[in-house]
Amino acid sequence: MARAAVLGRLSWRVGTVIELRDETPTARTIVLDVPGWPGHAAGQHVDLRLTAPDGYSTERSYSIASAADGDRLELTVEPIPDGEVSPYLAGVLASGDQLELRGPVGGWFVWRPGTADPVFLVAGGSGLVPLMAMIRARDLTGDESPFRLVYSVRDPASILYADELRRRAHDDHGLNVTCAYTRMAPPGSPRPAGRIDASLLIAAGWPPDRRPAVFVCGPTGFVEAAANLLVDIGHDPRRVKTERFGSTGGSP
Amino acid sequence: MGIISRGFGGRNRSSRPDLPPGQYLVRDFPVLSAGPTPRIDLGSWEFRVTAEDGSIRTWDWAAFRELPSEDITVDLHCVTKWSKLGTSWAGVSMDAVLAEIATAAEFALVGSYGGYTTNLPVEDLLNGQAWIAYAYDGGDLEPEHGGPARLLVPHLYLWKSAKWVNGIQLLDHDEPGFWETAGYHNYGDPWREQRYWGD
Repeated sequence: MARAAVLGRLSWRVGTVIELRDETPTARTIVLDVPGWPGHAAGQHVDLRLTAPDGYSTERSYSIASAADGDRLELTVEPIPDGEVSPYLAGVLASGDQLELRGPVGGWFVWRPGTADPVFLVAGGSGLVPLMAMIRARDLTGDESPFRLVYSVRDPASILYADELRRRAHDDHGLNVTCAYTRMAPPGSPRPAGRIDASLLIAAGWPPDRRPAVFVCGPTGFVEAAANLLVDIGHDPRRVKTERFGSTGGSP
Repeated sequence: MGIISRGFGGRNRSSRPDLPPGQYLVRDFPVLSAGPTPRIDLGSWEFRVTAEDGSIRTWDWAAFRELPSEDITVDLHCVTKWSKLGTSWAGVSMDAVLAEIATAAEFALVGSYGGYTTNLPVEDLLNGQAWIAYAYDGGDLEPEHGGPARLLVPHLYLWKSAKWVNGIQLLDHDEPGFWETAGYHNYGDPWREQRYWGD
């Protein structure tokens, strides 16, 4: 079983890329083998360090997409145009390359099996990544907490883990998935394209009196809006955990 | 030197003396919070200092704004690696706030609306190092950036600059706050890269 607590010093480790998977036309998943990986809780992230041949190095944080599973670790990276690190990870990095990382980091935005509380996940774009780790951890550990996911995404082609989400939602009656499209909804979609609103969060989520554990992740504007809506419809602010992808114009 | 990342050149080498190790520059102002932005009515806003003997001093918004105010230009360093240089604020120096308190406490636990806490030594709040800021870039401090008022302790990582601040407990022992109990460094000096436990 995973030893998930962050205790003692977080030392730098070397991971080897063992697989690369395109998730959408732009985003890809990096599968790493990290000998001695201590395990992690779903929702935690790692710090990655890249180093140029002349010694220049830079670090960024990325959410872990996979459930704790031995030395195997998956990250999913959506490249930011003009970014310094994400285009490298999503485009240049090749199988067999090595990456320095340390973690797991973060002891707050985490879901741990065994609480039985209903779980309400609200994702905007690549904010799905740490929430997917929770969905996968629930399955891997056989946890029976009921999960509902509302996933706001630009259009059908931008859905991360599309086949896996479809399969899991079909096979697992404890997991409900609702996609909401901001730019272009597929034909026959029950909702027109648009931002998430209170009626969607009421219809597709848990009622506040079920006291769900709520996790919201995405770009700052999305998280701000979604968290405000959740409080508006009666969710206890103390039950709403948020993770915001801070920088929009910077250089992740 | 670490392992060379094959094919990595590094695009925005912002190597400047005012950028701490491991940080990169941003021009926008990212937002990072652990929960929903609390709704705070200025009519009921209160800032409370509790001294180690249990005595309490409170300011309502009007009384707080009567304290001497300063214009502040400082660099911000977030543990998530971004730094923003030369930010402009207005606020009340913690020297002015704590001058009204009889205390010999060494430690402070800062509290916020919404339940957030963070700890730091009292000496890091004094001598022109910390403020309660109520304005950013010439305007009111936006709620997502901590308005109506936030702590500003720019010489430590930004999680120490508690948003929506509503009080400080002065203590004779150190009491780790929200992130400090969740894996982040107890002190958080960006120049020594004190990001996580054990750094």
